[in-house]
Amino acid sequence: MTAEVLLQGIVSGLLMGFVYALIAAGLSLIFGLMEIVNFAHGELLMLAMFSTYWAWALWRLDPVVSLPLTAAALFLLGFVTYHGLIRWVLGAPMLAQIFATFGLAIFLRSAAQAVWGVDFHLVKDPLVQGRISLGGLFIGLPQMVASVGALLAFVFLNWFISRTETGLALQATAQDRQAASLMGINTERMFALGWGIGAACVGVAGSLLTIFFYVFPYVGASFALLAYVTVALGGFGNVPGTLVAGVVVGLIEVLGGLLIAPALKYVVVFLLYLLVVLWRPQGLFGRY
Amino acid sequence: MPRALTLTAGLVALALLLAFPLVFTLPYPRDVMIRIFLYAMLATAWNVLAGYCGQISLGHAVFFGTGAYTSTVLVKTLGLTPWAGMLAGAALAVALSQVIGYPVFRLRGHYFAIATIAVGEIVQTLMINWDWVGGARGLFIPIDRTGSLLAFQFRDKQVYYYIALGILLLALWVTWRIERSRTGYYFRAIREDQDAAASLGVPVARYKQRAMAVSAALTALGGTFYAQYILFIDPESVLPLSLSILVCLIAVLGGVGTLWGPLIGAAILVPLGEATRIYLGGTGKAIDLLIYGFLIMVISVIQPGGIMALAQRGRRRTG
Repeated sequence: MTAEVLLQGIVSGLLMGFVYALIAAGLSLIFGLMEIVNFAHGELLMLAMFSTYWAWALWRLDPVVSLPLTAAALFLLGFVTYHGLIRWVLGAPMLAQIFATFGLAIFLRSAAQAVWGVDFHLVKDPLVQGRISLGGLFIGLPQMVASVGALLAFVFLNWFISRTETGLALQATAQDRQAASLMGINTERMFALGWGIGAACVGVAGSLLTIFFYVFPYVGASFALLAYVTVALGGFGNVPGTLVAGVVVGLIEVLGGLLIAPALKYVVVFLLYLLVVLWRPQGLFGRY
Repeated sequence: MPRALTLTAGLVALALLLAFPLVFTLPYPRDVMIRIFLYAMLATAWNVLAGYCGQISLGHAVFFGTGAYTSTVLVKTLGLTPWAGMLAGAALAVALSQVIGYPVFRLRGHYFAIATIAVGEIVQTLMINWDWVGGARGLFIPIDRTGSLLAFQFRDKQVYYYIALGILLLALWVTWRIERSRTGYYFRAIREDQDAAASLGVPVARYKQRAMAVSAALTALGGTFYAQYILFIDPESVLPLSLSILVCLIAVLGGVGTLWGPLIGAAILVPLGEATRIYLGGTGKAIDLLIYGFLIMVISVIQPGGIMALAQRGRRRTG
């Protein structure tokens, strides 16, 4: 193995890491607000990817062009999920909450299979394609665009929750539901908004992934597993922490694949995660 | 209910279960019953750790797989009878559970649940890539039609039926014993408030490990039974996350932290799964899973405490 290959791996791991971070950010935001892990997160991603694919297949809209549409559609879906399902299990035991979202995951996945079948779909001839060479390193343009797009979305999300009034209200709700409602914040609306934003993050990530990744009903599973580990690694509810954790996961995935064996790359990621929580049970940046 | 009445009801139910394969001689109804027993038993084992001790594991397939693989590998390499393999599998599952428990029990709530998912994924991926145990292709259990009890292979489902029932009764008996012992009170104290339990002198870490050990050993027994019943195992059938989820779903449906909850859950969910599969499956459209997912959502919204909670509420109202 040459230094070049290693460097190439580091770059592509870094690029994927930003996309992972954006997927995990939505999960983390939702958890911070109401301590619910959305086990249907991968299925939301899958729907975002299908929506991007169909926008291309039916109307020849490129993933980059249909991105705002997908984000908006997913925002709406998150909003509906909150009002249709999550609201009703807010006070239920943790297990019931887990199964509400697990049930949703199975439901969405099978619905996708029933409607669209199990075939793999790929957007052919996207607007962004090819690669650029940077001093001997080759970087795929689709990956590059996805990564930069994810990073921009992440920065925007961070700006929104830390600088705008609505964002601060979200944070206040996450810190103390009752105190927030005493201050005149409609916490119910914040919860729904949190689901909307969380799903919209996945919408953006799904659009960007569809530029170079195939789409099928079960595509969400592996991304979701990585997202759970990313969130736990960064600390549940800590949105900026997920950026670092996402990059760490992206790098470990690629380096594990390069240095050990491609088939075992997820084993390396999960092992590293277990090692980290052995040392810091709350994750890298979490409060317990 | 007075004690004598409970005992009589229990004995009648047991007699009916024992007589079932004598009345229903077709393989299919027997197969459904065997699956009910197996899943009830797995959910009962899971319930010891999650229901009583409050540690929600989403990686129990690891122990199921341990049982299935241990006995199978021992049959194939040493020609050891699966009964001994069953015990070896349980012992290995206990050892593994202690190794896994050491890091993951430092975590609580969702962190614990996600860590157990990670452990499950690690083990499944390793087994897929480990060629000596068949890798992704899996292992066939060598066919032995001598009909000897030691071979743990029978043409007739009746024998499997009684073995499955026996393992289920063992799991229920263990749970029943734990429920009314000091250990059971410690488990529940940890579930309700781990810090309060620790402050009262409950050795929290040791008792979590103990719950994990019992749960893992019982789950491994189910794994060996599955291997001998189906006669083929691979990582996709004995180690998937979906199996871990199904097991806790059964317990949740029936009622976690109750003795009979897992059995009730299995008695409802297994036939339901069979029915939707027969009438709606096979189209390649996953309509059965669609309904299954929808039902899970409905149950967690309208009856989060499971069916046992419903029964207990009814009893409180009448009594």
